[in-house]
Amino acid sequence: MIRFPRGGQRFFGPLLLLGALFAAHAQSPKDANFLSTLGELREATYSGKAGIVERLGQSGHPSVRAVLTALLEERLYYRNSDQKVFIAKSADSDPLNLIDPLSLKNSGSAPAANLTQIGTNNALRRVVRMAVARFGLSSPSASVRLDAAREMLKSLDDPTVALLRERLGVERNSSVRKEIATGLALAALDSPDTKTRLAAISTLKGGLSQDVRNRLALLLDKSSDGAFIEKDENVRRAAASAVAAIDRWRTFYSGFQTLFFGLSLGSVLVLIAIGLAITFGVMGVINMAHGELMMLGAYTTYAVQLAMPGHTGISILLAIPAAFIVSGLTGIAMERTIIRHLYGRPLETLLATFGVSLILQQSVRSIFTALNRSVITPDWMSGSLRLNDAIEITYNRLYVVIFTLLVFSLILAVLKRTRVGLDIRAVSQNRAMAKAMGIRTDWVDAMTFGLGSGIAGVAGVALSQLTNVGPNLGQSYIIDSFMVVVFGGVGNLWGSLIGGMSMGIVNELLEPYAGAVLAKIFVLVALILFIQARPRGLFPQAGRAAEDK
Amino acid sequence: MKKAPVRDKRLDLRDLTVIFDGFKALNKLSLYVDPGELLCIIGPNGAGKTTMMDVITGKTRPDSGTAWFGSEIDLLRLTEPEIVNAGIGRKFQKPTVFEQLTVFENLELALAGGRSFYRTLRARITPAQQNRIDDVLEIIGLTKQRTLLARTLSHGQKQWLEIGMLLMQNPELLLVDEPVAGMTPHEIERTAELLLSLEGEHSIVVVEHDMHFVRSIARRVTVLHEGRVIAEGDMDKVQKDARVKEVYLGE
Amino acid sequence: MVRFGNSIAGRDRGGAWFLGILTLIAIAVPVLNILVPPSSTFHLSAYGIALIGKYLCYGMLALALDLIWGFCGILSLGHAAFFALGGYAMGMYLMREIGPRGVYGNPILPDFMVFLNWKSLPWFWHGFNHFLFAAAMVVAVPALLALVFGWFAFRSRVTGVYFSIITQALTYALMLAFFRNNMGFGGNNGFTDFKDILGFDLHSDGTHAVLLVITAVALGASYLACRAIVDSRAGRVIRAIRDAESRTRFLGYPVESFKLWLFVFSGIIAGIAGALYVPQIGIINPSEFAPINSIEAVIWVAVGGRGTLYGAIAGAVLVNYAKTYLTGAFPEVWLYALGALFVLVTRYLPRGIIGLLPSKDKVVPKAALLGESHEESARSRQAARS
Ligand SMILES: Nc1ncnc2c1ncn2[C@@H]1O[C@H](COP(=O)(O)OP(=O)(O)OP(=O)(O)O)[C@@H](O)[C@H]1O
Ligand SMILES: [Mg+2]
Repeated sequence: MIRFPRGGQRFFGPLLLLGALFAAHAQSPKDANFLSTLGELREATYSGKAGIVERLGQSGHPSVRAVLTALLEERLYYRNSDQKVFIAKSADSDPLNLIDPLSLKNSGSAPAANLTQIGTNNALRRVVRMAVARFGLSSPSASVRLDAAREMLKSLDDPTVALLRERLGVERNSSVRKEIATGLALAALDSPDTKTRLAAISTLKGGLSQDVRNRLALLLDKSSDGAFIEKDENVRRAAASAVAAIDRWRTFYSGFQTLFFGLSLGSVLVLIAIGLAITFGVMGVINMAHGELMMLGAYTTYAVQLAMPGHTGISILLAIPAAFIVSGLTGIAMERTIIRHLYGRPLETLLATFGVSLILQQSVRSIFTALNRSVITPDWMSGSLRLNDAIEITYNRLYVVIFTLLVFSLILAVLKRTRVGLDIRAVSQNRAMAKAMGIRTDWVDAMTFGLGSGIAGVAGVALSQLTNVGPNLGQSYIIDSFMVVVFGGVGNLWGSLIGGMSMGIVNELLEPYAGAVLAKIFVLVALILFIQARPRGLFPQAGRAAEDK
Repeated sequence: MKKAPVRDKRLDLRDLTVIFDGFKALNKLSLYVDPGELLCIIGPNGAGKTTMMDVITGKTRPDSGTAWFGSEIDLLRLTEPEIVNAGIGRKFQKPTVFEQLTVFENLELALAGGRSFYRTLRARITPAQQNRIDDVLEIIGLTKQRTLLARTLSHGQKQWLEIGMLLMQNPELLLVDEPVAGMTPHEIERTAELLLSLEGEHSIVVVEHDMHFVRSIARRVTVLHEGRVIAEGDMDKVQKDARVKEVYLGE
Repeated sequence: MVRFGNSIAGRDRGGAWFLGILTLIAIAVPVLNILVPPSSTFHLSAYGIALIGKYLCYGMLALALDLIWGFCGILSLGHAAFFALGGYAMGMYLMREIGPRGVYGNPILPDFMVFLNWKSLPWFWHGFNHFLFAAAMVVAVPALLALVFGWFAFRSRVTGVYFSIITQALTYALMLAFFRNNMGFGGNNGFTDFKDILGFDLHSDGTHAVLLVITAVALGASYLACRAIVDSRAGRVIRAIRDAESRTRFLGYPVESFKLWLFVFSGIIAGIAGALYVPQIGIINPSEFAPINSIEAVIWVAVGGRGTLYGAIAGAVLVNYAKTYLTGAFPEVWLYALGALFVLVTRYLPRGIIGLLPSKDKVVPKAALLGESHEESARSRQAARS
């Protein structure tokens, strides 16, 4: 079964970037003040530290957020030699990579043994979190305020509620206001006044967040003695209907999300199947090495990235033509040396190309070893697009879908509008006639095969963004793509598009219920039943030529 | 439920329409063959002659229309082997014999008899069948080649072999698609003789482009164009027909 | 009565050679193992017997493939599935035969079920404590799968590469299924640690020698059965289907049912081969279903020479001997060699090594395999017409 890692993760929040904006300031009295307050953290008791954190928060210094976040994540240290405080990039590495707390710039590294961590406990962390949130809520950036508000919803207590209420008065941004209102409503659920609770429920009703839903569901629980926790029946009824409403919307949106996952999985299949469809449609060749050509594309991406460290974004873009050329040339070489001689013998071609696939796999093992390699995802492709509380779409999947559609339209245009495309179509419809009309069928065959293989390479680039690159990459996708081709109708681009997308969606729909394996078996059985009705797939190749085998 | 036609024709096609991607290969084609009759069908390329045979033998399913074999058998309900076993034999336009089998084996497979896996597993050639094969080999002039692989035969010989296979099957209705293509004049003459000798005992439908040949065997000729019958009658009548002239000269 | 039907195959000289060698093996192996003292260079070790036994089982699988591919043009890329199913059926018997001697000592449940905390035997494990029942399943399960799958596939006229692709997907799906623990077939690990078969110790040389003789007999019998089919009129129909499927249909032969029964028969042979393989090798696991196994089996047939039956068996033995040698001596070379074998054999040796031998038994003439002259004849017709 095909799996994607779900969601990319980002290690450095926007906080550091934000802080860096202000880093140009030279050391001012404010800075000096900040530093000395910071210094007090070294010796203070936990309760003492709480006071210091409060003061840091009130200082309004641009580095507060970064420093407090570091404290929260236990990444705040002081150097034993000079007692200077530093932020560590990550607490796990040794030597530690240090960041200057004032400028937030890199300031070298030092062995972990030379530094002492500034400790925290639960109570302190709560204070720190509050301070960070308070600071965040007053940030000039709306998205920072939104994140801060969301963060606060997770741990509501009296001071937080007070803070939220205070912010509600001045907040302008509607989504932040909404988030704050949600927080206040959640707090209001604890109010002794029934009316307040009812009003809170009706505020919460329109939300989508899982946390809100769970909080509302709590109102429906019974305590151990069998009595309802929420005494008022009207409130319970309102809560029940709010929970149901939220559930309904969440189900709706999760269906949406599944659909999207299906499309992105399908996109990969489509990319692979397009290439297969071209080679099969024109030459009647089932290329068993197609998956390996895709693998070559993925390794090309890896190699390009290795060749230009530090330019992840550009390297991915460069990898697209590079992979097209590498796989395309390999394909042409295959066609010229082997496939050409087996023309008209599809079963033998299948075997010979399988042989090539073994050789390609083993070569890659010899060159890159059998270990999986991971291709770095550029920043603009990691992370996810959050549409609302229920839908989050990872950028890499989104880009793969868009990329597939681009490639698809491009191929369609090449086939429909260019001379090469015309030749290719002519040869696929009537080889003998095309030859008689002076088309160099030899050349067209090579070009066609090169094109199909090149697209496989491009598919490999896309795949490298979704999963690790290894010698078995080709094998894990090829059987699925064959099914797509059989389902869509051999040699038909639209068939590949619709076939691939529907296979992707069916897979994603079934998986949660049946599990990956049963989903696969189900798809196979469904395909076998499908070809009972349509032996030549969704879009059969027309004409007598298709029948004479 | 479709009703059997009242007329007792050997073969009765009514309003057959076959559409390939919106193109009407047959367009309400109606046609009949009397018992024992030899019917010739002519028509320009793409007229739908082969498609008509495809429908009769079950290879292509029509979009509408009826096809009856006698008054008992609705051809549109049967599979290809069932149609063959009901008594319809066919020679293809493109000669298709089994290239990897000998001439003898090609004829053996055409031999009337059990067609199931089990029956053929146990089948032995009886002396009567042996004689029948020898006779047919004689008729088609391939006695000397009996142990040769069919793929070593010349084009004309393959045509003959396929006709021989038809004879082995001994069907009530023979569908013969372009039997003399690629034959020498002498061979053509012999084919004409052969077909004429079968007339009466069998119903025969011959599709042919070779007008001399058609003239030499035809009693009744049907002209197809664009999937329908445009003229019918004896050769002279058909050749004088204005539409037929137009169709052929317009080519 | 003269029978011209056999004229192509001629007298089955290759087959006679094959049966002779097989008999020799069946006699020599026990002799070399039991009568020749271990100190002698001519002594055959238990490992040697198992290796030969394995080759013979693979030969049977190749035979099954050749029957449908070489003679009927059906290229199954999932035949190892039948082999593995037969193997699993036998494995289930051997597991139950372990009885209370397993690690957990449960008299009914095999170890892996105890390990998974299962309380009772799944329904499909019942009966496998009886050898005869298991033997029946060795035949019935592959036959049933071939029947159902073949019925659907042939009925909808799935042919050529389509059929190959779908059979490959079939074995792939089965592999995934058998990898699952809750399928009840031991998941990843499959079955192993067998103790005895019908009371005979599976660790003794004697048992292995007997198993090998049985395998040789089974292979010989399968060969003769296949030969009988191929030489009958049904065999000629089958070859007719391979060369011109729709023409055969228009001679009134129910092509689909011929293909179906042949496929089922072939599946059964593969199943029996798998069942003989498991006690000799001592393990069966889901990787037997891996698509590459099926494709490898195809290359054995291609190397040996398809459409000859004995050629396929010879190919299986040769390729596997090379595999044993290479994976031992130069492990990283094996896949290159296998890949090259696929390419070279299809490109330069369409009739396999049997085709290199000067012989009259050439069932499939060379020209026929080299992309034949359909176009040619079409062209001459065109020429004749104009
Ligand atoms: N399977 C098919 N798919 C699409 N079109 C088809 C198919 N079979 C036939 N046709 C078209 O139907 C028309 C009739 O074809 P048919 O072969 O019946 O003509 P014909 O009269 O036998 O011609 P000819 O004299 O050349 O043999 C042709 O235009 C042909 O291209
Ligand atoms: Mg025609």
